[in-house]
Amino acid sequence: MSVTVWVPKDSAAVSAGAHEIAVGIELIARARGLDVTVKRNGSRGALYLEPLVEVETASGRVAYGPVEANDVESLFDAGFLTGGDHKLAHGQTDEIPYLKNQERLTFARAGLADPVDLDAYEANGGLAGLKKALGMAQGDVVKEVLDSGLRGRGGAGFPAGIKWKTVLDAPGAQKYVACNADEGDSGTFADRMVMEGDPYLLIEGMIIAGVATGATEGYVYIRSEYPDAISAMKAAKAVMEKRGWLGSSVGGSGKVFNLHVRRGAGAYICGEESSMLESLEGKRGIVRAKPPIPALKGLFGQPTVVNNVLTLASVPLILDKGAAAYKNYGMGRSHGTLAFQLAGNIKRGGLVEKAFGVTIRELLEEFGGGTMTGKPFRAAQIGGPLGAYVSEDMLDLPMDYETLAGAGAMVGHGGIVVFDESVDMAKMARFAFDFCAIESCGKCTPCRIGAVRGRETMDKILAGVDVAKNVALVEDLCQVMTDGSLCAMGGLTPMPVLSALKHFPQDFDRAPHAVAAE
Amino acid sequence: MNAPIDLNLAQSTCASYGNRPDALLEILHDIQEHKGFVPQADLPVIAKALNLSRADVHGVMSFYHDFRTTKAGTVTVKICRAEACQSMGAMALIDGFLAKRGLKLGDTSDDGQITVEATYCLGNCAMAPAAMVNGKLAGRLNAAKLEKLVAEAGQ
Repeated sequence: MSVTVWVPKDSAAVSAGAHEIAVGIELIARARGLDVTVKRNGSRGALYLEPLVEVETASGRVAYGPVEANDVESLFDAGFLTGGDHKLAHGQTDEIPYLKNQERLTFARAGLADPVDLDAYEANGGLAGLKKALGMAQGDVVKEVLDSGLRGRGGAGFPAGIKWKTVLDAPGAQKYVACNADEGDSGTFADRMVMEGDPYLLIEGMIIAGVATGATEGYVYIRSEYPDAISAMKAAKAVMEKRGWLGSSVGGSGKVFNLHVRRGAGAYICGEESSMLESLEGKRGIVRAKPPIPALKGLFGQPTVVNNVLTLASVPLILDKGAAAYKNYGMGRSHGTLAFQLAGNIKRGGLVEKAFGVTIRELLEEFGGGTMTGKPFRAAQIGGPLGAYVSEDMLDLPMDYETLAGAGAMVGHGGIVVFDESVDMAKMARFAFDFCAIESCGKCTPCRIGAVRGRETMDKILAGVDVAKNVALVEDLCQVMTDGSLCAMGGLTPMPVLSALKHFPQDFDRAPHAVAAE
Repeated sequence: MNAPIDLNLAQSTCASYGNRPDALLEILHDIQEHKGFVPQADLPVIAKALNLSRADVHGVMSFYHDFRTTKAGTVTVKICRAEACQSMGAMALIDGFLAKRGLKLGDTSDDGQITVEATYCLGNCAMAPAAMVNGKLAGRLNAAKLEKLVAEAGQ
């Protein structure tokens, strides 16, 4: 009987050599006359173990990782096809503490099967939410999402159900669903993992959004830095069209929903919803002034549901299991789970889906295992490049929208980037301005000019020129950017700058000769 | 570099999207995939097909980092300089890689062998530092690994 070996085709796993390992296993199996079938799955999310090779044995799937190309021969020698022991062996995949201790809702299927195998998707619980939604009144679908307490996972945390209700109630000849898959925040990769590893989940969520609000056209805007996600989504789309889940009669219901996959072109600002809509219209990604809100005047001026990948990917389960089942997870007004992403200088980086309320320390220490370099922890940036830097004494804060906001930080898209003691926080503050200067769309002055002036002033601080005076200037500039910017790009760039200043003031206190010109 | 500019490609690409102006980014991507860059001469052709002004098309071209007005080197390296990669030494990696070649970010070497560009996040943040070499994602990089990938891509 053929032994099935799973090797992920997730781009992170591939970046560490998964393709070469898949080929290597096939070649060695053939040379040794062994009957092995290599199948490609998505990633389980324990990225520190990638490439994670799994073997289907009598006692379940057993895991080996991180496997490098020159480990393959020794895996065969150790009898990995029957779960044999090896220095890279982790026993049963489901029992790996990193995975076992998570609360997987959105990522329940991650890494189980071939991402574009629709039958496997359905066998593992997929399409159940959509089937229910097709039999419900539009208002009831919206109410289910509203009652679940689901908030936008893109960063702003706005209740998804309220957006949907606004679109449902808005008059409009043509309504749209626009999925924001322009996941540009450093330290985040959960959207990518959904699209590469479970693309039907996102499409199912988009169809439900369309059915619920009367939108018959859906657009998913994927950043060009994610070529594998783009091709996975296109492949999944083609299968769903063929099988009648997309098109003129979704699942035979008579309801219309068409999907369009669109590529971004390297502009971070297009992760801002109004800028993304401009880009979807084929224009420069310039931010729109609000109001009107996109729910009323969005894509092509029509009522549009704009949601992040993870928001839409949470919806099928809510419809399937009910709002209450989802709402029971979490704390305060943060309901459900969030796919936290442990990144940067961390020993066990990867995706950790937990209910809101988990502390930063639990994520970084129990799951993450501390820094990769082994040097002491210094800082973590939470919520992307516009999120705050937190210090050691803040690590016991629970991950919850309101708690972090109260501490001058934000949950954002759930990415956490860890830095060890070697980090220079004044340089990170300079980088925040630098990034804003590079990526600002240029529409509003506080962002366009403020970022450049901020970078210049940080250069003076780094060179030790009139430090106290220039720090005061940076603080004043941050106030202007916060109050006067049109969107979160200029409005939140001060967050990393000011949090670095607040929690790591010693890094800004530089003597004139301390830094050579850089 | 001096191959005749194929205007028909611009025209047929626009047509394949029904000459819809909202498909402009897709059209520019497609042309760049074929030609390696988007020639200036294509812009009026696209503008006419989509019923836009030439300024509109130029505006979009110049707004997005992806679109090139000249051909890139044989090997294109996009190195991530966002925070997660910085936490694992990306800045030193980039500086070393550039210094060795006497290049700045955005430059193409005089022999046309290599183009080095900055990027801000490739979604490989748990395996920092990351880069993309001729469209292929790489992670857990150090100077030796990056040099090896670049050498392989140049062959």
